[in-house]
This record gives sequence, C-alpha cells and structure tokens, in this order.
Amino acid sequence: QGKFTLLRDTRTDGSFLVHHFLSFYLRAGCKVCFVALLQSFSHYSIVAQKLGVSLAAAKERGQLVFLEGLKSCLDLLFGEEEQPGQPNPLQFLSGSSCDLRALFDFVRVSLGAAAGDSWKGPVLLVDDLSVLLSLGAAPVAVLDFIHYCRVCVCCQLKGNVVVLVHSNEDSEDEENELVVNSLCHHSDLILWAEGLATGFCKDVHGQIKIIKRLSLRQAEQDVVQIYQYKIQDRNVTFFARGLSAAVL
Amino acid sequence: LFFTEEDKYGLYSNLLFKYFLAEGIVCGHDLFVASAKEHPDNILKELPAPLLDDSYRKELGDEAAAMKSEDFQDSMKIAWRYQNLPKMETSPTTYTRFGHYYDVSKKMSPELCQSVKLHSFYLHEELPVEPKMKTCNMNSGYARLLQSIQRIISQEGFDGSDPQKKQRNVLRIGIQSLGSILWGDDVCCSDAPEDPQSLTKFLYVLRGLLRKSLSACIITVPAHLIQNKAIMERVTNLSDMVVGLESFIGSERETNPLYKDYHGLVHVHQIPRLNSLICDVSDTKDLAFRLKRKQFTIERLHLPPDLSDTVSRASKQDLAGSTKLLSSGCGAMAIGKKHLDF
Repeated sequence: QGKFTLLRDTRTDGSFLVHHFLSFYLRAGCKVCFVALLQSFSHYSIVAQKLGVSLAAAKERGQLVFLEGLKSCLDLLFGEEEQPGQPNPLQFLSGSSCDLRALFDFVRVSLGAAAGDSWKGPVLLVDDLSVLLSLGAAPVAVLDFIHYCRVCVCCQLKGNVVVLVHSNEDSEDEENELVVNSLCHHSDLILWAEGLATGFCKDVHGQIKIIKRLSLRQAEQDVVQIYQYKIQDRNVTFFARGLSAAVL
Repeated sequence: LFFTEEDKYGLYSNLLFKYFLAEGIVCGHDLFVASAKEHPDNILKELPAPLLDDSYRKELGDEAAAMKSEDFQDSMKIAWRYQNLPKMETSPTTYTRFGHYYDVSKKMSPELCQSVKLHSFYLHEELPVEPKMKTCNMNSGYARLLQSIQRIISQEGFDGSDPQKKQRNVLRIGIQSLGSILWGDDVCCSDAPEDPQSLTKFLYVLRGLLRKSLSACIITVPAHLIQNKAIMERVTNLSDMVVGLESFIGSERETNPLYKDYHGLVHVHQIPRLNSLICDVSDTKDLAFRLKRKQFTIERLHLPPDLSDTVSRASKQDLAGSTKLLSSGCGAMAIGKKHLDF
C-alpha cells in the first residue's frame, strides 16, 4: 500500500514486468489506471490473455482505465477540436503548455473514488516514462508529474504506482539518466532487468536485480537480490544465478 | 516500424529499401514512397525484378541437394565431437518459402509496377501549404509527410474506416533518408541540433498511424551522420525493428582476409516483440551480407579457417573485438564487451 515501484531495464526489454504487474493487480481486484504510451491496446490485451486476464472485460466493468498514448496523440494531431470537459491528456504535445498537468488530471480523475466502486486500492501503471522525454517533455516536467502522481495515488489514495523506464550504461541521453537516477532515489522497490553482461544466451534471457528500500529515512542498507530469468510464451521462469535448466 | 541505419554510402540500404517495395508490388500491396533525395518515380523505376518461382527454386534446390549428398558420407576425423551438431545452414533453405526472390540485375517491368496503387511524396514538389493538423513544433517537412500518410490511410480505408470496402489491403510505406539535411532537419549535421525532438515526435506519430491501420513501414536513416547518440537511443526505443548495415567500402575491413567473402555486416539491434512476451530469437546474431551479380544475400557470418603460417596478433585481436561487437547485436538481448577472453 502506498508503494512506488520502479521497473528499469538496461540492454534488454523489461516489458514482461509490465505485463506481469498489469495482470497481477487486475487479478487482485485493484482499480488500475494504465498509461500505455508505447504499444497499442491489442498488444497488451493479447499478452494478458495468455496470462489469464481479459483487459476488455476489465475495461467494461470499470476496473481498468486504459490510456492508449498512440491513439491520443493521433486524436490530438488529426482529430477535430477537442470537446470542453474532455481535454486530451497529451496536450503538452501541441505546445500550448509545457507541463504534464493534463496527464496528471487524467490520472487523478480515473483513480479517484467514484460512486459504486468496490475495488481495492488504486494502482497507476506507466509504460514507459522515457517516451515522454522523446515527445518533448522536459525532464523536470516528467519528475513533477511523477511527484504529483505519488502524492495523489500513494499518499492520498493509499494506492501503488509502478513505472517503467529504460536506461543504458554509457548512455548519452543525459535527460533520461537524470530522470532515472532521480526516480531510483525515490522508489520503495526497484526491479532492474538487465541483459547478461557476457552477451546473448538462448536459455538465460537476462538477470533481474530486486532492490528493496527498507527505509527512506534511515541509512539502512538496501536488500538486493539477484536472479536470472528466461521468458517463455506464457510465463517467465526465475532461477538462481548459474542454475538455469540448460546447465543443470 | 522497421528502422534501418544506412551504410556510409547508402548503397546497400537503398537496395534493402527497394526489396521492401518490390515485395509489396509482388504481393499486391499498395505502396507509398517518400523521399527528399530522389524523386519517388525514379526509385520505383529501379526496383529489382522478381524471379519466376520455378527456375530459381529449382536452381537453389539443386545446389542444396548436391551439397547435402556430398557431405553425408564424410565423417569427421579430427573434430569428431562436432559431428553430432546439426549442420549450419548459411542461407535459407528451399523449404522455408517466405516472400519472394529477386534478381538485382534486372529491373521490374513497368506493367508490374502499375499493377498496384502507388502514392508518392517528394518533399520538394509538395505545395508549401499550411498543414491542417497542429504541427506541435515539428519540422514542417515531417509534418507534411505525416499529414500525407494520414490522408492516404483514411481515404483508402487502410484503417478500416470504410466498412463497404470488402477486400482489405496492406499499405507499405517506404521513407528514404529520413533525418538528413534534405528534410530540413539538422540532426545529422550538428552535435546540438536545434530541434532534437522533431525526429522522435515524427516516429511516435508514425508508430500511432501504423498501429491503427494495416500498414508496415521501412525507414532508412543516415545514422552514421547523427552525432547525438541520445537521439539514436530514443529512436531505437520507438521502433519495432532496428537493423544497421555496415559496408566494408573504404574501411580497413575491406582488405581483411577474414571478411573477403562479404561486402558488409548486418547488425540487428532490436527485433519486434509484439503481441507476445517473447520475441523470435534466432540462434546467432552474426550476420553479414554480400551482393552477388544477381542477388543480395544475408548470411550467417562464418569465418574462414585461419590457415596462414604467420598469424599476426593485431588482426586476431581486432577480429576478436569485432566478433564481440557482432555477437552483441540485439538490443533485446545483451551486449557483452569485456567478459569473454578467448
């Protein structure tokens, strides 16, 4: 409750974590607001079906609020004038405002308690934050957005926030690194999916580092656990380092 | 969204571009060609001719059959441990028929070209009319291209907006040399471009258009000119498939005897992971290409045996360095530079 989880990937694709959290929270009966900036609804829907959850049904019964970033962007650029009272969440693209306030308002309204809601805790899921930088948002605006979301979702509504970012070693993308480092300091839990340092392997797709912040105030050591994983069609298997099924 | 990093002189990436368009024509897809460099009509005149199925297949079949029968009898004497490994196929075998083959030395006949609907966008011929869409601070060339694509998609019903249209077709979009100075974007010229987000915004909107309709797109970009690596990272993130072509022309690898059979390397930086948790990963990441008189092939890179008496240290180390870079290709998998020491 009230936790901020950061999903981070380096040299590999960490989107399997997003799919996992999406189906996990939906199955747990939470109300989820999913800001999907990179892929279409059908992509998530098909994968979720393999994991045993139907996104369309969740949307129907109001459990899932899905913002399809690609579609909103097209509506903004090619659509007719927007109706008042339904501002486009990606308004910052048109250059009229340089902050992500509209996006935050969207999140706040979707997760605010509505009459007749019987869902357990609200959850905000974002895939992925690095895209906002590519679309012209300043790093400070992105950090402000996350800060506002945290205050609203974690503190006021006692919900959870899960955000995916990309990062690279020797990355030259300073803005991205700034955002990622800042978020790392503010996270309660970091799931860091990394490609293997030794190169490509068919049986081990990567390693995941789980960093749990015990306390943000005291300088206690974070708990770090490292596992390796292999992604399959419906499932991801985790195992201790060096003990993949191919080796044993 | 298939993103290709051009090789230095643009020869081979152009070839890949034309293959994509030619395949579209042969499959009956509609085409949309955009360029700021060459007039699309000229590009379309130069597409390779498709090979008639029977003759080529027979040729390939004969070759493969001959190879197979020969090797079957030999049993290995020295490297006998390798006997049990499956034979490595360097080029696609006859029974994997996906797509068509083309003869690069012949041009596609104009009648075949005209058999599909062609749309083109040549930047310098487009009217400088203010686009109806909100440009959101994007480069005007890109904005006009997007508007043109969007107009074709909705007019021709590729996005399913026309329920009366019974036969749905695919639109193949080819955009040549995006990001070059000819499009009005200085991302390829300067280290700190004026508007670094134009290209990424363009790609995002294009991605939206592609997801919303039955279309596929290939873009070639002179990536070797882009100084700002951050932009390349963002662009990789926004594309589904990213392939880089590195040709040996003019580099020291041209004379390196280890690469003598090939004309260049193919770096696969990213493969699409759509509608699934996993992606289609092949066994090897080392790919090289060569341009024969009639055919452009991409094969697994296999190094010829090192038979020279005097093995120079320099070339071995250099090769080791480059093979590490090769096998690291895919961005969805890992990049290893320092940990293998053999």
